[in-house]
This record gives sequence, structure tokens and C-alpha cells, in this order.
Amino acid sequence: MSDISTDLQQQVQTAHAEHTALRIQGGNSKHFYGNPVDAEPLSLGPHSGILSHEPTELVLTARAGTPLGEIESTLARHGQMLSFEPPHFDGTATLGGAIAAGLGGPRRPWGGAPRDSVLGVKVLDGQGQILSFGGQVMKNVAGYDVSRLMAGSLGALGAILEVSLKVLPAPAKTRTLGLQMSRAGALREMRELSRKPIPLSGACYLDDHLYLRLSGSHASVNAWKQKIGGEEIAENSTFWQRLRDHQLDFFQTGEPLWRLSLAATSPRLACEQQSLLDWAGAQRWVFSDQDAISVREQVAEQGGHATLFRGHTGGDAFQAMDPLMLALQRRLKARFDPHGIFNPGRML
Amino acid sequence: MSFENLEQLRDHLAGRFRQIVDTDYVLTREEELRPYECDGLSAYRHLPLIVVLPADIAEVSAILQICHREDVAVVARGAGTGLSGGALPLENGVLLSLARFNRILEIDADNLVARVQPGVRNLAISEAAKPYGLYYAPDPSSQIACSIGGNVAENAGGVHCLKYGLTVNNLQALQILTVEGELLRIGGSGLDSPGLDLLALMTGSEGMLGIVVEVTVKLLPIPQRAQVAMAAFDCVEKAGQAVADIIAEGILPAGLEMMDNPSLRAAEDFVHAGYPTDAAAILLCEVDGDNEEVSEEIARVRQRLLDSGASEVRTAADDEERARFWAGRKAAFPAVGRISPDYYCMDGTIPRKHLPRVLREIAAMSEKYQLRAANVFHAGDGNLHPLILYNSNEPGELERTEEFGGKILELCVEVGGTITGEHGVGLEKIDQMCAQFPPAELKLFHALKAAFDPKGLLNPGKAIPTLNRCAEFGAMHVKAGDLRFPHLERF
Repeated sequence: MSDISTDLQQQVQTAHAEHTALRIQGGNSKHFYGNPVDAEPLSLGPHSGILSHEPTELVLTARAGTPLGEIESTLARHGQMLSFEPPHFDGTATLGGAIAAGLGGPRRPWGGAPRDSVLGVKVLDGQGQILSFGGQVMKNVAGYDVSRLMAGSLGALGAILEVSLKVLPAPAKTRTLGLQMSRAGALREMRELSRKPIPLSGACYLDDHLYLRLSGSHASVNAWKQKIGGEEIAENSTFWQRLRDHQLDFFQTGEPLWRLSLAATSPRLACEQQSLLDWAGAQRWVFSDQDAISVREQVAEQGGHATLFRGHTGGDAFQAMDPLMLALQRRLKARFDPHGIFNPGRML
Repeated sequence: MSFENLEQLRDHLAGRFRQIVDTDYVLTREEELRPYECDGLSAYRHLPLIVVLPADIAEVSAILQICHREDVAVVARGAGTGLSGGALPLENGVLLSLARFNRILEIDADNLVARVQPGVRNLAISEAAKPYGLYYAPDPSSQIACSIGGNVAENAGGVHCLKYGLTVNNLQALQILTVEGELLRIGGSGLDSPGLDLLALMTGSEGMLGIVVEVTVKLLPIPQRAQVAMAAFDCVEKAGQAVADIIAEGILPAGLEMMDNPSLRAAEDFVHAGYPTDAAAILLCEVDGDNEEVSEEIARVRQRLLDSGASEVRTAADDEERARFWAGRKAAFPAVGRISPDYYCMDGTIPRKHLPRVLREIAAMSEKYQLRAANVFHAGDGNLHPLILYNSNEPGELERTEEFGGKILELCVEVGGTITGEHGVGLEKIDQMCAQFPPAELKLFHALKAAFDPKGLLNPGKAIPTLNRCAEFGAMHVKAGDLRFPHLERF
């Protein structure tokens, strides 16, 4: 664990002066995500270490390069967790990368996205200035919410150096149920269960089975297990972890892999030739031989968007924004990174 | 076009606006403007140049286009319940009221969202969702009156934030009109959208980046049951420790509130909630969920409170008693209003562990400034609302109150907290922003605003101080010199 912010600052200042691009990198576990960037790496990995964790304040602050595994095991020792269940993929994922990518795991509909847990950040902007936004308190509305803006920005605005997060008590009990049913039946069941005060923390449909994860007090989880029925899945944590990290057999099908984000009640789209429903139907992992334009049209019709998650064959990884939005987002990037040195084109 | 004086500008705008909006909804006479002179922070008052109440998005867009062309500033207003002067009008600017945007457009129970116009009251959303077994979680104490558009502008909180989050955590999509009057759709039907997360940036931006014209909020299933425990403590430290102990127990209460002796006594006298008036502090701890969970957790909460040295713990026997326990807390501000001609509500957030120190120092300041203070604390999330009791008819008391309040906020920053947890900066805390942020961060905030609003026409002068103002504020500490914005009355 070490503080290399001065070195990082110098690299950025040099790149700013020389107008050279940098590819921000943590553990490189999400190298495939977004459009490819051909540039020198700015490696945040060595900038690591948990700076504070105060269990009774429910706040953790760590440097960007800190491995997610280290953070999660530290929290687990105090009966706590990250509520957004970020993917680790090949296991090298870091805190900074998890926040910059903004991807949430199976718990996302109930536990929020990374941005929902972010309380404050320290960032390097495109001129090499170190700036701090937000803080280590739960409620903070002083100034524009730059900390949450950084979440999911894929390095377009700056390099995240440090993050403060709200953490939560881990549930006392977790059980996973598997129910064999049709896809339409599963969507209906997920919709109905989501409307009830049930301690759901995962709802996924795969291979003719609806998988439900219940997390809460012993009494509550056991009572709902009785009411919902189905078979209990014994290896309940590894199933959700393998889903989170794309290690289930489904994900080994081939490429390209699409991520659809849309209303949970959206019907089965023509492009969903092979699909896994997560987030109670609001996130769909899809293998499709349809072309990108067609996939995106179908998803846009439902008010959602499609990301070419793995297996690029050219074209944009992300759904196009409307011109007004795109122009605004480019202006915003320019305010943080006037010479466009950070991750050019990866997302913005 | 150039105008010789403000009256000419007003007449010109009134003529143009009346071509867009029904003539009754363009207000120019003093008696019509008077109700808009302040928001919930009534110490600051100012008549707007003109008030306009458009009925739909096309009308707002046309008004913004005129203002943009004529370089006229626009201050948006929801229900006007804000506590930081964010909707304080400008004498040379348009006050744009969204009050007529009061329709709930859709409750989509299957997707757990409600699409509403910005003028819809916070509580009205939960009322409309109730038949579906759903509700909207953020519940600022003004929820009976405050509008959802204002909640977005301020990132409003409430007593359930620790478990359910703030406004920003409970939004799915927004429609915004830019300063040029163009419609920007942020978010979609799913849980995320491509590009930068402008939903987060817009929330809490205090009307400085765009005008919110439609809001899609997330709805949650109404918990099966809620149960509250009230604990009395003979010193504030023990109450603070009890909060930490409950969290350490792994419980995430739906609400966790603390009141100190002056505030609990005022509340007890007002609503007879059954609070022990000899306690130094009380805690209200509510847990919610299904029957089994609540029964299990409330027993653990009770044990923890006793172990932490509570002199008395009472669990509400029924819904009526639960409502009574909360009534005292919810009436704390008006209760304090009964024992003082005026009060000034602060809104700092601190890391909870520093509560005893902060309360001690507030007590010392109370002595120094010869002004009483009562403290109400969202103990779960560290958001402190000290109420300073004063009399605006006593010469010099408001000035002393403002200085006292400013010192409290600076203390919050010193212990690692923030000057505003949920009320916003507005005009009220703009000087304390200089204590919270160094110049480089403030510069970036201005740059962000310029990306949305290059001419600086949306709610100018609020939320983010100029670097000059901060320099003057620094000087003011020494010489108590003149404030900028001399047109603002500060009595």
C-alpha cells in the first residue's frame, strides 16, 4: 500500500503539457469494457490502501488501486459489505475501477449502483490538479455532486485517486431459491415479488429456472422461503458470484455479448436469441447474431439502451446519445480535461 | 434590446409572456409579487421583477428562449418551502413558478416508478402510490407542502435517509429544459443510461443548471410493519454512544433521531408526545420490514439501548403511540417557534463520532452570543439541525444569530463534515462554501455551470460563491465589513 499521487500528478501534468493521451488503468479487469483506447497507461494500481474504515460510521475511504477483494474482506470482518456488489471479473478489480465503470452486481435494483454508495472522491483532473468533492458524511449537498458524476464516467473526466463510500451491515442470513418455470412466468413472478416488501437481493432467470436470493434477518428469510417455495440452492453464494463475474456457463457461449438495460416489464425482444435476465428483468445479457443497429433500435423502443459489452467488432460500444446530450457531455468533459487526454473515445 | 430601467424591462417581458401564457398567470403588480418575495428562509426577502406561471413544457421553453435572448435571469420556484434562500427572487429577474405543473402523469406499479410533474407535492406521490402498496421514500419534514421539483433541486432528505437514501438515490429519470429552452431527457426506462450520470449532477444543483419539467421517481413496497423505540439518556454522550452501538449491532434503522433537552421539552409542551422532560437527550429508533424482522430487530434495539445506559426505553405499544412519539419530533421546529419569536435552522452534517464535541462547542457559542440553541439531530446519518432562538425585533440579534450559525457550519467543516446536509446552499450558506471548498474546486463548479449556462442566467448568485466573494468573506471575518448583495435586506 502506498501513496503515489505525486507521481501520478506529474504524469498527468506532462501529458497535459504535451497533449498526449492516457489510458487510466486499475487492475485492468475491465479492459474489454468501452471502446478501445490506444494510449500510454496511467496506472492507478500501485496507488492503494484502505485509509479509514469506521464500522460504526458506516464509511470506508480507500485509494483507487485498492483491490475490491481487500475491501470486501475488511468489511466482512466487521459484518459489513458494499451494497452494490461490484463485479471482480478476473479477480484483479480495484475500487477506483469499480467506481469509474459504475457497474452494479445482481443486488443493483435493491442495493443501488456504485454511485449510490459514493460519498466523496479525490480526483486528478486533466491539468493534473488534485481536487476533492463530497466527503465522508452520509448527507452532503454543498456544491454540485461531482463525486457521483465521477461514478460511471469511465475515466472521461479524470483519474479517481480516492473514494469514500457508504457501507452497509451485511444481512444475517442469505438463501437462494430455484424455481423451474417459463420465461414469461418468471417475468411475471419477478414483477409481482418486486412489488411486495420481500427481502429480495437477487432475481435472475436462466435455463428455465428463476433464481431468487433472499437476504435479511433469519426470521424474515425463512418465512419468505416458506411462502415462495421452490428448491433451495445449496451453493448459494457462488452462484451469484459467478453471475456477477460472468463465470456461469452461459457467459462462455461466445461473442459478442450485449448488455441491455431497460424496463423490467419489456417484452422479449427479437434480438434476445440467447439471454439471461438479471435485475428482475431490467438487465439482460444477450448473445445475438443481429447487427448493432437492429439491437439498438429494439432496445430504444423500450426506452432502454444496449451496450456491446464484450467482443467488439468496431462500431461504438455504447448506445448513441441524442445530439443535444452528446454536445453537453462533451462540454462537460472539456471542463475537466481541456486537452482531452483521459481515455479519449472510450466513452466520450 | 436595451432598456432604460427595470420598469421598461418588466413591461416588455410582460407583453411577451402574455403572448405565451394566459394573461392571469403573468404577475407584475406589487401586491401580486409580494407572495413570492421569499421562500422558507424568510429572513431574506426581495420582490421579483415579474412572476410567470406557465402551464406546460412548451410555455416554459418559450419563456426561457425570451429570457435567454434578452439576457434576463430566471429563478425557478416550486412550493417555496426551501430553507436556504435558493428560490429568493432577483429584482431584475424572472421568477418562474412551476406551481401549475401539479399532475401525476403515471404510476407504473410493475416497473416501480411514478412519472410526475415537478410541482406535485412530495406526499401526494406516496398517496397516489398507496393503492398499489407502494410509496416514495424520501420524506423531508415539509413533505405535505414541498414539491418534487424542489426536492430534486435541493436533493432533499428526511428522517429515513440512512436506510432509503436521499432524493438522488430515488430518481430514475428527469426532463430538463436548458437555459436555451431545449428539452433534455436524462435517464430512461431502465436503471441506468449511457454516458455521464447527469441525473446525479442535476440533483441538488439548485436551479443553476436547468429547469426540471418532469420527474420519474422510484417507488418502494410499503413495509409490512414499522416499530419505534424511544430511549431517554441523562447525558448526550451516552445517547451518541447508543447510536454507534446500534449500528455496530448490524442494524440499519429506518429512522434514528436525537433531540436534546431544549428541543424535546419544547416538543413535549407543544404536542404531549410523552417524552421524559428531565432527559438530557432522547433517541427515537424506528425499524421497518416484515413482521418477523421487525419483532427480532426491535428486541435487539431495546437491549442495545439499555446496555448503552439509557435511563428508560419505551417501545410504542401500538400505532397510535408510535405516531405520538414521531409527532414530537416532526413538530420540533414549530415547537421551538412557540418559545421564541424567531428561530434560525441550521443544517450541518458531521461524522457522528464528533457529536459530543460539536454539541459542547455549540453550547459554548450559545453562551458567547447570548442566544439559546436547541438541537435536533438525524443521528443515523449525522445531519444536525441546531435551531438558534432569536428575536428579530431586538437590534443586532439577527446579525449575532447569523454569525453564530456561520460558526456552527465552520465547526462542521472542521470536524470533517459539511455545511449543508439536505437544505442546500442557496444564498444562506454561500459564504460558508468558501470554508468548505478551496478555489480550484470552486472554479470547477463555475466551469460546470458554464457548460450548461454560459451566460449565467439560471439562478445567478446562489449556491457557488465567486472567488472574489470568498476573498471578501475572508476579509469580513476580520473587519465585519460590508456584504456584497447590498440590495438584500439583512435585518
